[in-house]
Amino acid sequence: MRKIGILFITMIAFISCDSSDDSSDNGNQNNFDRSGMMTNIADNLIIPAFTDLNNDLATLENEIASFSTSPDLAGLNATRTAWLNAYTTWQYVEMYNIGKAEEVQLAFKMNVYPTNVTDIQNNILDGNADLNAVNNNDAVGFPAVEYMIYGTGNDDQEIIDFYSTDSNASLNKQYLIDLSAAMKSLTQEVLDDWNNGFRDSFVNSTENTATSALNRLVNDFIFYYEKGLRANKIGIPAGIFSSSSLPDRVEGLYSEVYSKQLATTALNAVRQFFTGQHYNSSTTGLSLSDYVTASETDANNSLSTEISNQFETAQNQLSTLDANLSSQVNTNNTAMLQTYDELQRAVVLLKVDMLQLLNINVDYVDADGD
Amino acid sequence: MKEHIKSYLLQPINSAPLAVFRIGFGIMMFLSIIRFWSNGWIEKLYLEPKFHFSYYGFEWVKPLGNITYLIFFICGLSALFVALGWKYKWAIVTFFLSFTYIELMDKTTYLNHYYFISVVSFVLIFLPAGRRFSIDNYAFSKANKKPLPHSIPRWTILSLKVLISIVYFYAGLAKINSDWLLRAMPLKIWLKSKYDLAFIGENLMQQDWFYYAMSWSGMLYDLTIPFLLLYKRTRWFAYILVIIFHVFTRVLFPIGMFPYVMIVSALIFFDASFHEQVLALIKNIIPEKIKHWIKPKPISYKPSRVNLIIVSTVIAIQLLLPFRHLLYPGELFWHEQGFRFSWRVMLIEKVGYTSFKVVDKKSGESFMVDNTDFLSSFQIKQMSFQPDFILEYAHFLEDHFTKQGHSNIAIYVDSYVALNGRRSTRFIDPEIDLTKEKESFKNKNWIIPFNDEIKGL
Repeated sequence: MRKIGILFITMIAFISCDSSDDSSDNGNQNNFDRSGMMTNIADNLIIPAFTDLNNDLATLENEIASFSTSPDLAGLNATRTAWLNAYTTWQYVEMYNIGKAEEVQLAFKMNVYPTNVTDIQNNILDGNADLNAVNNNDAVGFPAVEYMIYGTGNDDQEIIDFYSTDSNASLNKQYLIDLSAAMKSLTQEVLDDWNNGFRDSFVNSTENTATSALNRLVNDFIFYYEKGLRANKIGIPAGIFSSSSLPDRVEGLYSEVYSKQLATTALNAVRQFFTGQHYNSSTTGLSLSDYVTASETDANNSLSTEISNQFETAQNQLSTLDANLSSQVNTNNTAMLQTYDELQRAVVLLKVDMLQLLNINVDYVDADGD
Repeated sequence: MKEHIKSYLLQPINSAPLAVFRIGFGIMMFLSIIRFWSNGWIEKLYLEPKFHFSYYGFEWVKPLGNITYLIFFICGLSALFVALGWKYKWAIVTFFLSFTYIELMDKTTYLNHYYFISVVSFVLIFLPAGRRFSIDNYAFSKANKKPLPHSIPRWTILSLKVLISIVYFYAGLAKINSDWLLRAMPLKIWLKSKYDLAFIGENLMQQDWFYYAMSWSGMLYDLTIPFLLLYKRTRWFAYILVIIFHVFTRVLFPIGMFPYVMIVSALIFFDASFHEQVLALIKNIIPEKIKHWIKPKPISYKPSRVNLIIVSTVIAIQLLLPFRHLLYPGELFWHEQGFRFSWRVMLIEKVGYTSFKVVDKKSGESFMVDNTDFLSSFQIKQMSFQPDFILEYAHFLEDHFTKQGHSNIAIYVDSYVALNGRRSTRFIDPEIDLTKEKESFKNKNWIIPFNDEIKGL
């Protein structure tokens, strides 16, 4: 027994001395300030973005109200500008499907596209449709508003007529008003929740469990990047998941010229999340990127740098596309596919390399590491 | 010499350890089934997924809708009967069959300890474990039949000790590799992520030396614990180690009932006198009225030679099967051919990302499959880094899309895997049409070889 004990202690001593030599490059891996990271993300990214979105939607509501009072080109254009501003801001919050946003299914009520024109027309005639109902998810939100202000006529005058001389003009106006009101009230609800306690539980929920805010946030982020950004904005229109391309599945179908801009903004939001860059500012704080760096074992082969670089490559590829992704699919889909490929490379880095490194707990089932 | 071995194996010994083992095993299994059921895992793992991954040769074993509940019920009930020693033969056969059926339904849930339970319950079929401290025993005495024997041949208890020793020793052998000992992988990844543990999470769990200490001591523990348990003078010390080790792993890892199963199973190494005390203890909590069950007269027991042969064969298979990976070229941890059923426990941290491209060979049109349409998140996770899963799923997709009206389908995969903290690399040859590959025991040459080396056993 004593021999085994001595052997054991000798080996431990040997190994710990030995290991201290190669671990010199990762000495600061310990005790990363996870709560600090969550605080930065909540206070400087999530809450400011939701606050901005809430203001943008208030503006949109006002513009729609005045456009409804006297439908004219100036009012239509002001409404469109307000819609685009809010939609742009939305790209910064869609990934935060956590807390109240998850509870009210915010993303499903704000940005399901393509929007369902038949449902919208039925809702208009109904005059009293429940816009919060699940089966109306594809008849509300930004894509529905977009249809209402871009798709209800062949030119601007026809669209203005839709709200003035059309036989259903008052119902049409009411639906537009209801849409923006629903979006505003949902956003207000989520923002209020963040400002009234959720923020505190969020920043302190940093355990490594399937339900902690930290793990949920990272999983939401990856899920959004893979599904909301990579698949919905680029992959599906490019025909990655179908036998042929689907140019009418782009985000911003009716306005035509904003699909690339929205995707670019979304990717920018993803990059700012990853590097902890404050909303509407160039300041950065503790981020997922820092967390990855702190967990890395090989300083010469930095994963966080590789992920950032891959985002940049994808952004560059995306910037070569036509402003109208739908026409990009029709004229040269290869460029779309190349953009998808670059976005896809980051998925592997996030889902395989990063998740292994952080060993984030996603599911509760017994496992003995096989 | 032969006579010597024979008389050693057949020497009658006290049956108390086997009775305690049977009771402990039955209770643990009963609790396992209850735990599994109450966690909602029957729905989650067997009823909700649309597709199940089968073991090669057992494709006919599938969940049976709501009848799956009945299988679990039967399994739990038979475990209880085993513990009580009631219709023992029927109970243990039923338990073995139902438990093994459950495990064969979907290999996504493969765990070494489930396999261990199948092996032990199979061996228990051929051991006279129901002959002591059991309802059977009481029933026999009541009917004025010959009381069941108090002594049993040595090989019966020995075989269980050998099985448990194999689990530990082989798990220890598997840890003798460069990733485990020289990189402290995968413990470094796993322990570091336990930062949320009370007291030790933010300090001990973040120390480099601690990962190495745990790796080395884990290896030494696995290799030596069978001998320390077998040797009388170190037995108590060894058993305390067993408890500490397994409780520690229970705290750190989601390994369910396994630690408790091993803690209870290892009691078999103690002398009969210890087990007599355990039985006496249980006797004390049994109501006075039914106490006389447990006092049969000892008589001699003639063991079946067939049983000895069957049990010896199981043990021989256990000794050889873990080495079958030697028949495959390349890195075992990477290709996993011969990885299961070989007590390679907690050895690898693997994450994969595998997506499938369905190509219509006639039109040249193609599309990527959304795995969430067919698989649960747990299935996707397991499928993504195990070649046999990838192939089976590819064949399922082929069938599915052929039924949908596509013809002449080819299926390619885009697959990346990271092993033990290394950067991910391509896992499956993207040029290979998986519909052309068939599952077999032959080497899967469409797995891209590991681009690093792990030295060791």
